[in-house]
Amino acid sequence: MTKKTRGSKFITRRRLLTTVGTGAMLAASPFRINVVKADEPTIKVGFPVPLTGPYGTEAQDQVRAAQVAIAEFNDAGGLNGRKAELLVRDDKLNPGEAATRALELIEKDKVSFIVGSLSASVQLAVNNVTKERKIIYNSISQSDEINEAKDFSRYTFHEALNPHLTAGAVGRYAFPKFGKKVAFLTADYAYGHEMVRGFQEAGKAFGIETVIDVRHPLGTSDFSTLLPRIQALKPDILCISNFGRDQQISLKQATDFGLKKSMKIVAPILLYTGRLAAGAQAFDGVIGGTSYYWGIEDKVASAKAFNDRFRKMHDGKVPSDYGAMGYAGVKVVLEGAKAAGSLDSEKVIPAIEALKYDYYKGPEYYRKCDHQAVQSVLIIESKSKPEKGPADVFNVISTDEPSEANLRTCAELGFKS
Amino acid sequence: MAGLSLDLIAVQLFAGLALGAIYVLFAIGLSLIFGMLTVVNFAHGAFFMVGAYVGLFVLMMGGNFWLALVVVPLVVGVIGLIVERFLVRPLYGRGIDYPLLLTFGLSYIMVELIRIAFGTTGYPFDTPELLQGAVDIGIGYFPLYRLFVLGAAAVVLLVLWLFLEKTSYGLIIRAGARDPQIVRVLGVDVSRVWLVVFGVGTGIAGLAGVLAAPLQGVIPEMGSTILAEAFVVTVVGGMGSIGGAVIAGLLVGVVVSMTSLFAPEMAKVSIFALMAIVLLVRPQGFFGRAGLMS
Repeated sequence: MTKKTRGSKFITRRRLLTTVGTGAMLAASPFRINVVKADEPTIKVGFPVPLTGPYGTEAQDQVRAAQVAIAEFNDAGGLNGRKAELLVRDDKLNPGEAATRALELIEKDKVSFIVGSLSASVQLAVNNVTKERKIIYNSISQSDEINEAKDFSRYTFHEALNPHLTAGAVGRYAFPKFGKKVAFLTADYAYGHEMVRGFQEAGKAFGIETVIDVRHPLGTSDFSTLLPRIQALKPDILCISNFGRDQQISLKQATDFGLKKSMKIVAPILLYTGRLAAGAQAFDGVIGGTSYYWGIEDKVASAKAFNDRFRKMHDGKVPSDYGAMGYAGVKVVLEGAKAAGSLDSEKVIPAIEALKYDYYKGPEYYRKCDHQAVQSVLIIESKSKPEKGPADVFNVISTDEPSEANLRTCAELGFKS
Repeated sequence: MAGLSLDLIAVQLFAGLALGAIYVLFAIGLSLIFGMLTVVNFAHGAFFMVGAYVGLFVLMMGGNFWLALVVVPLVVGVIGLIVERFLVRPLYGRGIDYPLLLTFGLSYIMVELIRIAFGTTGYPFDTPELLQGAVDIGIGYFPLYRLFVLGAAAVVLLVLWLFLEKTSYGLIIRAGARDPQIVRVLGVDVSRVWLVVFGVGTGIAGLAGVLAAPLQGVIPEMGSTILAEAFVVTVVGGMGSIGGAVIAGLLVGVVVSMTSLFAPEMAKVSIFALMAIVLLVRPQGFFGRAGLMS
């Protein structure tokens, strides 16, 4: 009897692939197909993301945004007339599955680049494959490890933020304002652990005291037994470092337990999609970091341009934070290829390293030693009520400007200069 | 162990019992259908999820939470009736794995239909205004809504118990579960009894879903976690024993709660560890009838 309780994974892969595939075909601007010479194959960009599973919503938005980058590249004439194509694969949030899909994309589909993944461990698995096959991989998910010398290769790029940078930015904002007694509620896997380390390292300068670090299993649907302890310790700040549905449920239940009355809740990353799914009540007043929020379009011209293209292609929707990284990730490799005038990894790498770009959120560039995108972190606070339409969910209350000083140094990461 | 006080342990114990009541609520429909029909309803989690979505739909249509509490069990119960009449009924007498596989497949279809109708993204489900916030229960603060769910679980159990033990229809149901043939000889239409039981079981699953929605939001996959939890509770309590499910649910809640206090990262595993231990010592569970599965 007991082994049957496993039957709880739901597969929608086929339906998703059909939808996504059709979308990708539409995006590839049918009117130009006859211009492409038959003997010139398209430039293939592999895109393994967890379409099914707990991060499906975010992954689907990554696909939508990546399609915008592909369409833009093709509309601008491609690489000397060669068009690009996005090959979306479901990695099911599983490192093994992701490695298999990556290998398949390289061997069978002959992709020139791989962009994607939405988990620290999954991106490391993909990276292992790509660095061995000498294919450029641009990761669009948070990880500290991927920057470190032992996992890095010259084929590895990291467009996403990393936990050290994100948690650091949120910590630098929150610790001086709300107090020194800090409790942590953390998803018990690499992402959560790295975020806590990021908070604690940033906190050293402010002399913070960790009162407790509660680690909860990934995919917890009830936090009622974890919260009383935190409440009893009366911290000034509670850092909740988890992701997706875990974040939605924990914030909702923390609100129900009245934790917000006695402490400030901060999260390293506040997800746009998560806020929509959990509602204003649960996220109300929570402060967090993000790589992108569509609302910066009033101030940042490239954000406005990107949002408008996204809206046009996807019935008026605005891109999410993780979605936008899908756009930037694909855009970077295609622009790199354009600058190099080639698809040869060895020529594209220096071209990407030389990019100084502002595609959607302000200036960015890749640091030479670890290929980490040096970029801003937005500090946002969740609104108690949307004012201008349902997408109006966050206030940007501060911006951590791009600076290598906020990253771990190349020497710390194990790179010899 | 910083901050461990007697008050905290008391709150923790209470939180465990409250969580246990939620587990009981999740499990009771499953246990009822198994106990009376020997059908292992793998679509239990899906009915639970559909309950939450029907509740959501009632809210979208301008209804309120209280209306949803009435509408949901009726709608989901009717879906259950249809499923029993046209899908499960032809499989009676063919062995326990037929309906098991059927409901397993059905759960995929139900989840997929909900995804098509409502999308793959989750929806917020705010706690009803009357029940928002936390109240002082003497040892600490506890969310009012959870206390409400605790009460609701007790009411559901009480009504179910009265129905099964104190009404003549309940007598027929119990008799039908023991020996359908004799009951049939006595002139009772047993298939109608089974229809009702299945409808009641799924209706309770739906009610549990709408009660859980304000705790965790609404998402097509929300049934899969509770299916596992409901099975553990049913197995530990003894397949088919409603009283056993109640005791097992509360026990599982307390075990999770105490594990959460001392080793929170083990909280999820502790449920299954408990089940393994119980099964080793007592394979039929606390109050299970031996041989029900064969």
